[in-house]
This record gives sequence, structure tokens and C-alpha cells, in this order.
Amino acid sequence: MTNSPTKTTTISSGGATSAMRVIVPLQGVVQGRGGLFLGSVIPCALFYFWQLYLKRNRNRRPSSNNNNAESGSSGSTHLPDVSSGSGLQRVHSRILLSPKGTSGQSQVSVRANSVISKQIDSSPCFVGLNKASQDPYDEFSNPDGVIQLGLDENKLSLDLVQEWLAENVSRWMMAEDLSISGIATYQPFDGLLELKVAVAGFMSQAVDNSVSFSPSQMVLTGGATPALEILSFCLADPGNAFLVPSPYYPEDVKWRTGVEIIPVPCRSADNFSLSIDALDRAFNQAKKRGLKVRGVIISNPSNPVGNMFSRETLYNLLDFATEKNIHVISNEILAGSSYGGEEFVSIAEIIDSEDFDRNRVHIVYGLSKDLSLPGFRVGAIYTCNENVLAVVKKLTRFSSISVPTQHLLIQMLSDAKFVQQFIKRNRERLRRMYSLFVSGLKQLGIECTKSSGGFYCWADMSRLIRSYNEKGEIELWDNLLNVAKINATPGSSCHCVEPGWFRLCFTTLSEKDISTVMRRIQKVLETRKSLS
Amino acid sequence: MALLSKLATNEQHGENSPYFDGWKAYDNDPFHLVNNPNGVIQMGLAENQLSFDLIEEWIKRNPKASICTTEGMESFRTIANFQDYHGLPEFRSAIAKFMEKTRGSRVKFDPERVVMAGGATGANETLMFCLADPGDAFLVPSPYYPGFNRDLRWRTGVQLLPISCKSSNSFKITIEALKEAYENAQQANVKVKGLILTNPSNPLGTTLDRDTLKNLLTFTNEHNIHLVCDEIYATTVFDAPQFVSIAEIITNDEVTNRCINKDLVHIVYSLSKDMGFPGFRVGIVYSFNDDVVNCARKMSSFGLVSTQTQHIIAAMLSDDEFVEEFLIESAKRLRKRHEKFTGGLEEVGIKCLKSNAGLFCWMDLRPLLKEPTHDGEVTLWKLIINDVKLNVSPGSSFNCPETGWFRVCFANIDDQTVDIALVRIRMFVDGNNDVKENGVAKEKQHWKRSNLRLSFSNGKYDENVMSLNMMSPNSPIPHSPLVRARN
Repeated sequence: MTNSPTKTTTISSGGATSAMRVIVPLQGVVQGRGGLFLGSVIPCALFYFWQLYLKRNRNRRPSSNNNNAESGSSGSTHLPDVSSGSGLQRVHSRILLSPKGTSGQSQVSVRANSVISKQIDSSPCFVGLNKASQDPYDEFSNPDGVIQLGLDENKLSLDLVQEWLAENVSRWMMAEDLSISGIATYQPFDGLLELKVAVAGFMSQAVDNSVSFSPSQMVLTGGATPALEILSFCLADPGNAFLVPSPYYPEDVKWRTGVEIIPVPCRSADNFSLSIDALDRAFNQAKKRGLKVRGVIISNPSNPVGNMFSRETLYNLLDFATEKNIHVISNEILAGSSYGGEEFVSIAEIIDSEDFDRNRVHIVYGLSKDLSLPGFRVGAIYTCNENVLAVVKKLTRFSSISVPTQHLLIQMLSDAKFVQQFIKRNRERLRRMYSLFVSGLKQLGIECTKSSGGFYCWADMSRLIRSYNEKGEIELWDNLLNVAKINATPGSSCHCVEPGWFRLCFTTLSEKDISTVMRRIQKVLETRKSLS
Repeated sequence: MALLSKLATNEQHGENSPYFDGWKAYDNDPFHLVNNPNGVIQMGLAENQLSFDLIEEWIKRNPKASICTTEGMESFRTIANFQDYHGLPEFRSAIAKFMEKTRGSRVKFDPERVVMAGGATGANETLMFCLADPGDAFLVPSPYYPGFNRDLRWRTGVQLLPISCKSSNSFKITIEALKEAYENAQQANVKVKGLILTNPSNPLGTTLDRDTLKNLLTFTNEHNIHLVCDEIYATTVFDAPQFVSIAEIITNDEVTNRCINKDLVHIVYSLSKDMGFPGFRVGIVYSFNDDVVNCARKMSSFGLVSTQTQHIIAAMLSDDEFVEEFLIESAKRLRKRHEKFTGGLEEVGIKCLKSNAGLFCWMDLRPLLKEPTHDGEVTLWKLIINDVKLNVSPGSSFNCPETGWFRVCFANIDDQTVDIALVRIRMFVDGNNDVKENGVAKEKQHWKRSNLRLSFSNGKYDENVMSLNMMSPNSPIPHSPLVRARN
């Protein structure tokens, strides 16, 4: 075995001679002098002890992070778990399942235990969101509250929707036959046809009519989250894997499907765009681990970076998928929220124009981002694969859009003029906020990746962290949360391989708030400069 | 071409059962009082349309509850943007309060334990994900709702083991049968994680008495397995005996309180049957187990209720006066409809299982069977669909251990349609009796015209299996009135 030298060096902390004392007999064993029995037992035993050592080491690491982090924070009790949780995620994409099924009184399923023990509650995302909601910033009533930059919601254009409602609602109430039975009874679980038509129309508008989406290839779900889960159930068996370019926003698609997510690291040098080489490497590594890759899941525009896939990258991705015979799921939920100079290219456009197998491409969409209506739970799966379509239709049984909401949206989305205006004005507002925010950060010496879509910027704060690793990043995150009172999302929560990157959402702010945010960040920068 | 998962290609979705075949027949030839009086009458859908007018009235009187009104619009922003999976606090309180009221205010429900799901379908599935792993099993008294085969098994990988109930003791669940099923599972080396039942029962329409509930609870507690009670039909109880919720047993009974491990008890609820709001997709998981509440809540992102719906439900169910009136009136109408239908059936010699709840009755058609076998039942069922033109559901699709029983729903159609259905049944039975008497096949179905009428088709039906656009003939045309108003 070629890795025996490695093993011996970890086990024996001594010098070369002591190492040789172990290596030589081992080599003898390997060469058969110890007999087949010893030749297999001893290496196995060594391997076992090595794994045990690593495991113990991994568990010990968080506690050392504990001590360092706590000295810097002001009593954030969740911090220790944060490090270990994120640390695990960075080293392995698998969370170790603890066999709690037998111990403890609750006796829930193993998968339930893994959901609960995933330390979701103590992840930075959760802790930050919690703190921000308990002490929310308000310009007048709570000027020292936590400013929420961790929630990627778009409040910039809600007024446009409300305006539309105000203008049109009175017309409905006039209609005498507003009968509840058209609204309350069982309807097709995959959505009313009129709504599919309306959503298809909206999607086409969101991509500037570069594609014409057909309602018959669409299935509506109660949000984009279930849409993604439903597709996963359909395309992969438990234990299979999906490749996902990282950084990516944490997805809970693993919980019930039993599917593995394998991050494909993207680098700042490439502006965090996807490299097919990295994809290929990840695919091969997965194969070596015995994991069957069923597909690639991309977000375009991406979350958290906000960049878009170029036409060329999409072609290459489809070539790759064809070569490996896997699926491509494109989460285009932010298509209508692209504001950059370059055009947004939907994967639908590529398969329309080129000779790719349409059966392997599936698009996830929703109205939570582009129309700012996350509460209404509207998602869509778009696919030309008839087999997939037939199955996902059945699966929408578990997650359907509430019928009154469907009726409301049919009205709204059928108003073509409103949709056009909304998308245009929303884009303008996003562009404006983005440039104000990014230039504000620039003045503080913080650079951001060029984003062309989404509600956030991807900021490089690596020069500001004390140690160039996750620990340093979390420490800065904590500082930002508790001293600057800003909730930002650290890159480690998004599986970013380079420490020091943060996602900051600017769409819940007003223009005035930007200067407040910058002031607060500056305060933290100054404190850190003076201490170091 | 890239392959699909096993789940996508196995036929475990359960939609191949005759339960759904009948709906296909309805889809192809749906009854309409005016446009298609010879069509198939939908009596296989357990939907409660009897009290819609009460809801409509309330909505008209309370425009603020709906964000689609000038009065209610100011809450639009907060509602549209709210996506916390805890749900609107007022929604949870309203649901908890409603659940209390429907159980005669004999037990309190904690809003913090109310977790959303995508309809009762989603709620049942979520509980399975939380309580069992692939390969584990749940016991279920049969006959049981055919949807369980899909909801509890398809994506979860959990098995269902039926507990046979016999007509000789009115299909009651006996501890002996339960023990037998449990022991069989043990011998087959199958891990039983719990027992799931519907109370009031679908398809029987009966409620469990206090003693049976206690015995079941004792059994599950002793064997350390979960007890899931699907109480989706709780408010459809229209007659004595009173409905007893499992919550009552474990909270109010002092003895039970002390000895029972509450972590093993869970309730599934929904507004689809009680209020007649299946389109709203309001499913609730209520568990006494903190871990399950935690897990189910996280999983609820896959089936959250639209905040627009949460908002209107919160307002409606907090209106105490309305709720009380509704509960009384709804029960009254159900009783009346039940009496009318079972009375009509009795007149032609068809008996139903004595029931006090539900939107259906469990018909005993054993005398009409040519042979008391599964095939005999299927033949009879096909006859009823194709000749009598009623979509009823055969007992075999409910996993009924005995043949000859059929479930027929009566709350999703109006009085006129009920009359027509009864006439058709009478003619069928008479025709059948004549055959038996004379041994000659008589000219059947003389009400069926020889000239074909145009089938009522509104273009909304697609060839999809589960096209569920089931409207009672008196409902407005399926095109949304809102769409029409706009144009």
C-alpha cells in the first residue's frame, strides 16, 4: 500500500529512525513475509486507528476554535457550534450522521435526527437572521438595531405590486359571481392552466423574450424549494449525487431525498465562474468515492455571487452533461432580477437553438424573487422531458399552490403591461442600489465581484480577517453582527473555498440606509486596524 | 438519455388503482344537470360542498380578511413578503383555537406545536419522514384511504402493514387483530415504527370510542411505537357518539397522562374536509414530540401555506361567532344529506354501515355480487361505472379484507343530483332483481337515450390522470369568474 508511509508518520510523532522502525517491518508484511493474514489484518488495523485519530482530531479542532472565538465575541453562545458545523461542511460535504436513533427518548427516524442535529439552528445564517429579527433596525424607532443584510428578499419594488392591486382589486369585488366554490374546491395539483399560461408568459418576459416558454411543459409547485426537491426525487436515487458549483446558497434538498451534494469549487481568479475542468475533477472524484453523479445543479444568476453564466459556459456545461449522460437543473429564479450590462442567457435558449438533448435539461423557477412574493409560495418546474413531466405532475400532490393565490396571480400576470413595466423598473432600482452599495464598499477599500443579477454583492473582506481561514472569517462575521450590528452571510456558510468572502443583500434597504451601513462597517474596520 | 430515478419509474405512486380509474371515467364523461344529464356522477370524491354559502357570506362581510380588497390591501406588503416557516402567528393561534372548538373545547392545543404542510397529504408524508426510515413499517387498520399508499410510502420508502377489520363487528379495530399484525411483522423481521389511523375513519365514517382509543394507545405505548391520528374528518361528525380526539385522551385522563409517553403521539389535521377548503392546501402536523415539531417545521418549507391563505384563514377562524354557527349548521346539513342518501338506499334494500361522520357512506353491496370474490367486486364496480354511471369506489381499492363493500360520497353534489343518483341506483337494483327472478337479462337503463349527447367538455381537462376539476353542477363554470370579470 502506497499510503503506508503517511500513516506511519501520523502515528509516530518521532523522527526518521523511529519511522523506519515501523516502516521496514510493514514493508515486510506488505511483501508477504508476514503471511496473508498479517498482511491484511495489520494494515486494516492501522487504517482503522488512523481514521479514529482523524475523527478525534476533527472533534478537537472546534473546541480550540471555541476559545479563540469567544475571546473576541461578546457572549455569542452559538459560536462554538458554528465553527464545527461549518468546519465539517468545508472539509466534507457530508454531515456525519450520528446514530441517535437508538439513544434518547424521542425515537425519531435517522433522517429526522440528521435534520435536527445538523446544527442548522447554530449556523451563522440562522443565528444572524434570528438576531436581526429580534432587534431589527428602524431609522427612527430603533436606530441601533441590527441591519439585515442576510435575507435575500427584494423589497425595492413591492410598492409597484401593491399599486397594481389597488388599481385592480375594486374591479373584482364588483363581479357578482365571485363564488368561493371556484376557489376552494380541488383543482389540478400541478396548477390551473391559466396560471401556467401566465407564468410562462412572465418567464418569457423575464428573459426579454429570448425564449418562448410553453405552458404545457410546465408544472407549478408551492415554491421553488419544493420544485427543486421534487426534481431531485425524480432524477436521483438515495445515495446518488449532484454536482453544484460553489459557493452556493445552502439547499435543503438533501434532507429527504438522501441525495449528496458535491460542491465544485469556483475561484475568485475566475470571477467565481464555473470551470469545466473543476467540474470534471469533481465528477471523477465522486466516481472514485463510489458516488453516482446524476446531474449538475446550477443557479443562474447565481446565489450568492450574483454572476451569470456566459453562453459559452452553458454550451460547455451541456457538452459535459451529454458526455457523462447526466441531467442539468438550472435554477433561474433570479432571471428577472438581472440588471447587469450583459444579457441574461437562459439555458432554455441554448437548447432551443442547438442540437442538445432537451430531455436532460430542467429549469426551476418561482415568483419569490422576481415578483417579490415569497409568501405566496409559487414555484415552477419546466422540462421538455415527457417522462419527467409525468412524474413531477404526480409529485405536486405534496406541494400545490393555494387556489385563491393562483387566481390572484392569474389576474396580475395576465396584465402584460404591468409585467413589462414591473420588470423594467425593478431592474432599474436593482441596478441603482447595487452601484451605490458597491461604490460605498469600494470607498472603504472593500472590493466586490462583478455581479449582474440578484439582490446582493459578494464582497472580498479577506484582507480584514485575522487568520486566513474559516475561523478568521467567522470571527469577522461575529464582529460585524455584534459590533457593527450588521447581519452578513459568511462565505463558509455557502461552501466557499476561499475564506473572507461575504454576501451582503441590499434590497431590504433604502438609499439612506446605505450610508448608515457603510459607517458601521467603517467603525469595525477602524477598531480592527487599531487592535492589529 | 439520462436515466430517471427508481422512484420516478416504479409504479408506487398508487395511481393505477381502480380508485383513480373511476375518476378517469368521470373525467371523460362528467355529469352536468343541463348539459350532460347522462354523464357519470362523481361520487368518489370526498369533498364537502354543502356549506360554501356560509363561507361566501362571511367573506363578503369581512373584506379586510382578504388582501384582494380595498380594505384588506394595507396588509399586502407584510403578507406577500412573509416566508417564515413558522407561519403567521395569528394563523397558528387561529388553527389551534379551531381545533379546540371542533373537539368541543375539551382540550387545549398549543399554537407553538402547529406546523404547516402541503395539505393533509403533505402532513402525513412529513410525519413518515420524521418517524420512519426506508424499510420501516407502519400498521394501518384496513379498509383505509387509498391515498395512503402513495402519501405514506412513495417517497418515504416506508411500508404499510394492514390490520384486518371485519364486517362482523362493524369493522372495529380489535386489539387481537393489532397484536397479530404486529407479531407477523416481528416474525418477518420488519421494524414497525408505529400505527396510523384516521379518526373519524375513511372510508367507514365511524368514530373511535374512548375505550378503543385508550387500548390502542396502551398498546403503542407498551411497544414503544408511534401513534399517528389523522383527524381530518373531525368536524364532519353529525351524530352521536361524540368525537373523541386522541389529544383528549392523553391530556385529560389523569392515569393516561402519567403513564403515556407523549413523544409517541401525533395528530394530522387539515381544513380540506371540515371547512371544504381543499383548494387552499392547508395541512397541519400537530405533534407532542418536540423533535418532531422541530423537524417537521424545517421540512415544512416543502409545503408552506400561502400567506394570503394564512391571513384569510386566521381572520375567519378567529371569528368565534361565525365558527360556532358554521360548525352547527355544517353538521346539520351533513346529517340531513346522510339521512336522505342512506334512506334512499334502504328503500332499495341497500344497507350502509352505521356511521356518524364523514362525507360518505360505506355501502354493503354483497347481495349484488355475482360471486363473493375480488373479481366479482370488480365486475360489479365496472357495471356501476359504465351502466349506472356513478363513480363509486370499490372496497378493494381501500384494501378491504372483505369483498362487496363500496364507498360512496354524498357531500360534493347538490340535492337534485342526489335524487338522480338514487333513481339510477333503484333502477339498477330493480334490473338486477329482475334478472335474478326471471333469469333473463332485461332491457337495462331505459333512461339512457340512444342518441348521443355532446359530452360536457370545457377544454380544461387534459389527458392527465389526476385531473381533478370536480365541480358540482351548480358551481359556476370552471373558468375563474375573476378572469371573466376582467374581460
